[in-house]
Amino acid sequence: MLEGLKEFASEFFVTGDPLIYGAMVSIGITMIAIVAVLTYFKKWGWLWRNWLTTVDHKKIGIMYIIASIIMLFRGGVDALMMRLQLAMPNNEFLNPEHYNQVFTTHGTIMILFMAMPFMFGLFNVIVPLQIGARDVAFPFLNSLSFWLFFLGAMLFNLSFVIGGSPDAGWLSYPPLSELSHSPGVGQNFYIWGIQISGIGSLATGINFLVTIIKMRAPGMRWMKLPMFTWSVFSTCIIILFAFPILTVTLALLFLDRFAGAHFFTLDLGGNPMMYINLIWMWGHPEVYIVVLPAFGVFSEIVSTFSRKKLFGYKSMVFAMLIISFLSFFTWAHHFFTMGSGADVNAFFAVTTMLIAIPTGVKIFNWLFTMYRGRIRMATPMMWTLAFIPCFIVGGMTGVLLSVAPADFQFHNSYFLIAHFHQVLIGGVVFGYFAGLYYWWPKMFGFQLPEKLGKWAFWTWNIGFYVCFMPQYAVGLMGMTRRLSTYGWDTGWWELNFVSTIGAFLMGVGFLFQVAQIADGIRKYKTLKASADPWDGRTLEWSIPSPAPEYNFAITPRGDDIDEWWEEKERRAKGIYPPEQPLEPIHMPKNSAIPFIMSSFWFVAGFGFVFGWLWMAILGLAGVGICMIARSFSYDTDYYIPVDEIKRTEASLRGSV
Amino acid sequence: MNKKPRSLIRIIIPVVLTLVTIALIVWPMLAGGQYVVLDPKGPIGASQRDLIVISTILCAVIIVPVLILSAVIVWRYRDKPDNKAAYEPNWSHSTKAEAIWWTVPIIIIGLLAIVTVRYTYDLEPSKPLAHEKAPITIQVSSLDWKWLFMYPEQGIATVNTLNIPADRPVKFELTADSPMNSFWIPQLGGQIYTMSGMAMTLYLQADHEGKYWGSGANFTGEHFGEMRFDVNATSDEDFDKWVAEVKQSSQELTTEGYNALAEPGTSNVAYYSAFPEGLFQNIVTKYVVDGQSAHSKHGTSSEASGAIQNATDTSNQDEDKSAN
Repeated sequence: MLEGLKEFASEFFVTGDPLIYGAMVSIGITMIAIVAVLTYFKKWGWLWRNWLTTVDHKKIGIMYIIASIIMLFRGGVDALMMRLQLAMPNNEFLNPEHYNQVFTTHGTIMILFMAMPFMFGLFNVIVPLQIGARDVAFPFLNSLSFWLFFLGAMLFNLSFVIGGSPDAGWLSYPPLSELSHSPGVGQNFYIWGIQISGIGSLATGINFLVTIIKMRAPGMRWMKLPMFTWSVFSTCIIILFAFPILTVTLALLFLDRFAGAHFFTLDLGGNPMMYINLIWMWGHPEVYIVVLPAFGVFSEIVSTFSRKKLFGYKSMVFAMLIISFLSFFTWAHHFFTMGSGADVNAFFAVTTMLIAIPTGVKIFNWLFTMYRGRIRMATPMMWTLAFIPCFIVGGMTGVLLSVAPADFQFHNSYFLIAHFHQVLIGGVVFGYFAGLYYWWPKMFGFQLPEKLGKWAFWTWNIGFYVCFMPQYAVGLMGMTRRLSTYGWDTGWWELNFVSTIGAFLMGVGFLFQVAQIADGIRKYKTLKASADPWDGRTLEWSIPSPAPEYNFAITPRGDDIDEWWEEKERRAKGIYPPEQPLEPIHMPKNSAIPFIMSSFWFVAGFGFVFGWLWMAILGLAGVGICMIARSFSYDTDYYIPVDEIKRTEASLRGSV
Repeated sequence: MNKKPRSLIRIIIPVVLTLVTIALIVWPMLAGGQYVVLDPKGPIGASQRDLIVISTILCAVIIVPVLILSAVIVWRYRDKPDNKAAYEPNWSHSTKAEAIWWTVPIIIIGLLAIVTVRYTYDLEPSKPLAHEKAPITIQVSSLDWKWLFMYPEQGIATVNTLNIPADRPVKFELTADSPMNSFWIPQLGGQIYTMSGMAMTLYLQADHEGKYWGSGANFTGEHFGEMRFDVNATSDEDFDKWVAEVKQSSQELTTEGYNALAEPGTSNVAYYSAFPEGLFQNIVTKYVVDGQSAHSKHGTSSEASGAIQNATDTSNQDEDKSAN
């Protein structure tokens, strides 16, 4: 009995690696600490009522962003481990197997569990406020989406202490990801972690599409929509078409592994090419999914911090919609070198480079928004300004990669690695940081200390160039991606060493940000933010910071592109809107079902990972029961009485 | 904010960036490394280098002015009390200006598209190279985790090392008996994937004698990093001498020997004086199910597809093994 248990534990837990033992111990200690603190301060009820069961879009957004920053830390530690391993030739810090796991989890986590939730966090916090709505279209679904994402991400992360991490790369090409080459459970964790959170992503896409179509303030016609909301809209269109492909692809891969199907194995008529086509039909639009909202953020910030209207509004909208359309015609450029023939390669080369046109137009429009403006160098604007040259260069190397015959030389090399990190960090990460700094006062009611923010900015940026510029060079020297080690004879080590230094600088930048947030929390009373700390232009700046749970005491109008700016101009001229009486506000009630249902999904996923059918069935049954329970709950909403609105408004307005 | 740290930062940043740039350009040269992609030794590599240069120039035509423009705009319109530059908060539309920056990228991308399409057809990997000498054929198989090179005309085979005659086209026929890899000799020309169930064709040529770097470029699992090989381009006489030497001094690669070689694991450089007939075709058609043709349309030479049909019968015995 005891022997059997021992044997089970040695397979169940990842053993034999001191790094992972260390991680296990620190996870255990952190867990105990969290439980102890919550118990000591009697905060369990608070946690449950205010956060775990909330349907408030602002709180859900904050939870998304916190989860994303934790994942940024984990993916970042992975990155630093890789850079340490590559800093010197013939290094033995990580063995090849461990290295493969680290780059697989780094890629998966950064794209799916860092970029996506950060983006959804910003969607949640800002979109309803920008369009003058009191919530999203489906608040219950919104909470469910968050918990599906969160528990999917946790399931994926569990793999590194239980069962073992996936190691077939972040896109898991078969046959490497098939049972024949990855017999362990790591690949199952990959499939189920992404699958569960992917359902949440699809639901969020639908939710925001409907929110933007149906819940805009009166007067807010399509061509009056704030630019960030436009970017969310075009992103959600891509999500709507791309994520079902991911769901099906992973389901087929799971059937291959679990039920002995042969969709992607060559024997019995399957074909790995089908997987590669499918995964990139999702995978390439995915990068536009994460970058378009960043474009929206930049548009808001450039305009606000130049104290000027956004230049070329219609062009911007048009460019964004073209990008979301063209994003579906680029997937084959990921396998130019698979011998598709000149016709196919020429077609996809041209459709890929076409995207540079609308993107270029957007850059010109941002530049001419600043032209004849007054540029203030606050942290959100600094990140935006850093983005522009970084993205121009990254975009140019992207165009170079799209030239099919030239790509024969770039493909799978470090040149490619440098390119996509430049657009994903320079575009997406810088953009989301800018957005976080910009909307931080609206989310939490206080300003972040700027000085630490500037230190963070400069270490991040210098670190970025020191890290990735050498990678372009080492790619041209023939170094291929995913190499776990290389010899002295290659002549690659100096550049790799420099690159590692850059990576650690970026790590220091992250620590500065953590310090900045900690410092802000410590001094939040002295850093209290007004309703409109940046002299903003859109509707979210017309309500107190942080926003009350009902957002707008009186439904605003959205007759102009920069409605709040226009309103401020009118008020300066002494024109005030007519007084409107307050009315009771209709709000959704909190619900525990999304959290419980997602937990059952977690149980089901865990069962499928280990092939324990009883557990999977138990989990799925739980999911079904939750659905039934929800369909029988009739008491799902309530009204906030006028008195309470008056009290809230008085206390919030009084304090600014 | 006080003045000192700001001006310090202003000095540190350009210094750091300059140092990085210098390190970038000079260090690899000092260390004996080289930009192999930009230093081609064959016609395909040279065309690809030219294409890289042309497309970089075309892109630079637009991005360099934009980079300068952004720096100027940010500097000129920064928020300083004594800034005398114009301020027009409501200026947000100009049809003329927008027409210009829609048109310029369209023209540049249009030019680049024309260049790309032309080169895409010119450099199609399965297109034979024009040369007075007939090409030599080499069959390449990527295994877990080594490269097997077979010389059907010479009847020899090598592992993890490749000898070719210089100044003569080489016709590589490529497949994989493991997850897909990518065959890359940067100085001779761009890579092409090796995939099981398919035979791909890639023509390359070395203009000069010399030793070139070759490696697998696509991740195939644990020891994929060790799938590198030297390419020795020699004169025709030296090549023939080398073939004769291998014929004399090496063992034969048997079917059992191949099966052992195909097992996952790394390998040293090895030479074989002979290999089983039709081995390459057997690898390609390993997964062909009766009554179905292999997925062999893309970039496959006609001989290889002919061979696929002939080899269908012999392939069935291998199938059971591969199904695990």
